[in-house]
Amino acid sequence: MLKINNLQAEIEGKSILKGIDLEVKPGEVHAIMGPNGSGKSTLSSVIAGREEYEVTGGNIDFEGEDLLDLGADERAHKGIFLSFQYPVEIPGVTVTNFIKTAINETRKARGQETMPANVMLKMMREKMSLLEIDNAFLSRSLNEGFSGGEKKRNEIFQMAMLEPKLAILDETDSGLDIDALRIVANGVNKLKSKNNAVIVITHYQRLLEHIVPDYVHVLYKGKIVKSGTKDLALELEAKGYDWLKEGVEA
Amino acid sequence: MKTEESYLEEVTASEYKYGFYTNIEADKVPPGLSEEVIRIISAKKQEPEWMTEWRLDAYRKFQKMTEPKWPNVTYPEPDLQAISYYSAPKKKKELESLDEVDPELLDTFKKLGISLEEQKRLTGVAMDVVVDSVSVKTTFKEKLGELGIIFCSMSEAIQDHPELVKKYLGTVVPKTDNFYAALNSAVFTDGSFCYIPKGVRCPMELSTYFRINEAGTGQFERTLVIADESSYVSYLEGCTAPMRDENQLHAAVVELVALDDAEIKYSTVQNWYPGDKDGKGGVYNFVTKRGMCERNAKISWTQVETGSAVTWKYPSCILKGENSVGEFYSVAVTNNYQQADTGTKMIHLGKNTKSTIISKGICAGHSNGSYRGLVKIGPRAENARNFSQCDSLLMGNGCGSHTFPYIETQNKSAKIEHEATTSKIGEDQIFYCNQRGIGEEEAIALIVNGYCKDVLNQLPMEFAVEAQKLLAISLEGSVG
Repeated sequence: MLKINNLQAEIEGKSILKGIDLEVKPGEVHAIMGPNGSGKSTLSSVIAGREEYEVTGGNIDFEGEDLLDLGADERAHKGIFLSFQYPVEIPGVTVTNFIKTAINETRKARGQETMPANVMLKMMREKMSLLEIDNAFLSRSLNEGFSGGEKKRNEIFQMAMLEPKLAILDETDSGLDIDALRIVANGVNKLKSKNNAVIVITHYQRLLEHIVPDYVHVLYKGKIVKSGTKDLALELEAKGYDWLKEGVEA
Repeated sequence: MKTEESYLEEVTASEYKYGFYTNIEADKVPPGLSEEVIRIISAKKQEPEWMTEWRLDAYRKFQKMTEPKWPNVTYPEPDLQAISYYSAPKKKKELESLDEVDPELLDTFKKLGISLEEQKRLTGVAMDVVVDSVSVKTTFKEKLGELGIIFCSMSEAIQDHPELVKKYLGTVVPKTDNFYAALNSAVFTDGSFCYIPKGVRCPMELSTYFRINEAGTGQFERTLVIADESSYVSYLEGCTAPMRDENQLHAAVVELVALDDAEIKYSTVQNWYPGDKDGKGGVYNFVTKRGMCERNAKISWTQVETGSAVTWKYPSCILKGENSVGEFYSVAVTNNYQQADTGTKMIHLGKNTKSTIISKGICAGHSNGSYRGLVKIGPRAENARNFSQCDSLLMGNGCGSHTFPYIETQNKSAKIEHEATTSKIGEDQIFYCNQRGIGEEEAIALIVNGYCKDVLNQLPMEFAVEAQKLLAISLEGSVG
């Protein structure tokens, strides 16, 4: 599904990613961990197509197509979803209106008819109950005045509505209390299938107790320095990152 | 009542009678401004003597006035002697249906997603289409007539309802109010007139589409809306103008009179040609709009301004009567090299008067947008209240947004609140939308419409849809 080859990227002349290799197959859950500033969020931004980052080498192949040729919206149309670490506020635009626009623009790009309002409404109700979201939520301005937990829940709600092939969850656990974390993780798990894949970006092991990864990768100084199974996350929790850093810097 | 066509015929046939120009097109007065030109306009329109004198009086006063320099806009002064002050559309065969209206005009409506037919059929909007200076089509007049509502062109009103015109014309915006209002008073060629009798609630939105049609002609509309005691009317005014390479002057005057317990809602979508990407061409939109509120009356101005190269315009309310209410909801968009200095004046004279100002400015490209507003509380306006909110949204780094709020209070019991914000459409917001599959143009439309929601909500439904499209069209390509 996703094949990243020797990916290098910089922002404002500063090199951040220094040769990333990663392969994600349908049905898999990958976790990317690493200390602050290691390039985790840059990696997710580059996959999603944020223009501020300049790709200086390598390529990203998604289902046989080079993603680097596509704009961020086109990548979304292909089925890539990024749950933002800091979702932005759009005053005056309701959650419903935003999701409706996102779904219909995506359908339009795929040559499909717009989704009938009653079908959309039914789908919204289903996904809302999955994520324990209140009805009043729909008519609020997007992310405006949302608590940290509401923002993250809203991200996963949109993911549920858009049904992406590849979802990247960028620090979805930050700002969540235990209950919210459980609800969000539960939602993600229910949306998982053998046809889609998830990349979880996180600092901590705690989210991975709920969303269990098939693979864990450690990103440090713009490179994946170690890959393993979920046990690696536990090892990191116990030992921290220093032992890996030593390996790289030696 | 005369039909428009027979009226037109009279106008165009009356050429020779006044010994005026035989070798030009029959329906256009040559450029220039003088007492003689004003007499010719008045004569062409077969106006009564008092109207001619009214115009001449305005002209004499106008000659002593100078162009205002205080607005925050710069432009070469229009050469008023180069303008032709009267141009009636060439006579065509009798219009039996809307299909016979100028196809170019219909095309413009269609681009905006609204056709006359559709409007007529679906919404029952009565429209008085003004092409250049003479009304060519008035619909629904009969239906309104049954209720005693008068909705006609200003020319007709002068002929058929002189008592109302004489009583109210120039009472809200005096001839000497400002340079362009004086010019308008002298040379106005047509416009709309509306009278709602006592206690009548106008059952449909009254609507007028204006369009500047012929290159090199200025347009001087005069609108007068009178809502008699306890009546209600919602009036819509929309403007579209085709591409023109030279600047055109538009100096309209709108006067609203809301008598005791009456309510007038006046909505405008203004989309005159803004000039090209380099700031060449475009309409000068110098408009004076004002309403007078008597006891318990309410006037609500809503405007969506996206067009014109240079705009200055301050739809205002004089809250003369006790408990009267004034509202101003505005979205003003400037892009490329457009300049707009717009806002409102709320003049509180009566006790317990209330006003609300919601202004949303959007600036993109190299444009300049200013909000200029005055809240004035007179000495006898006990317990007057005002709430103002002025927001600016900037797109890109080349534009400028300015706010000039003036507050003058002569009564200690006044309560005045003013809130202001400035924000920028961030690349963050665009990227977020992109990531959800929403392309850049759509994203901007979404964000801008969200930002303007409080104002757009004030517009009648079908107008709000048109306004949303206009906002998106006006801002195309302004980010990235």
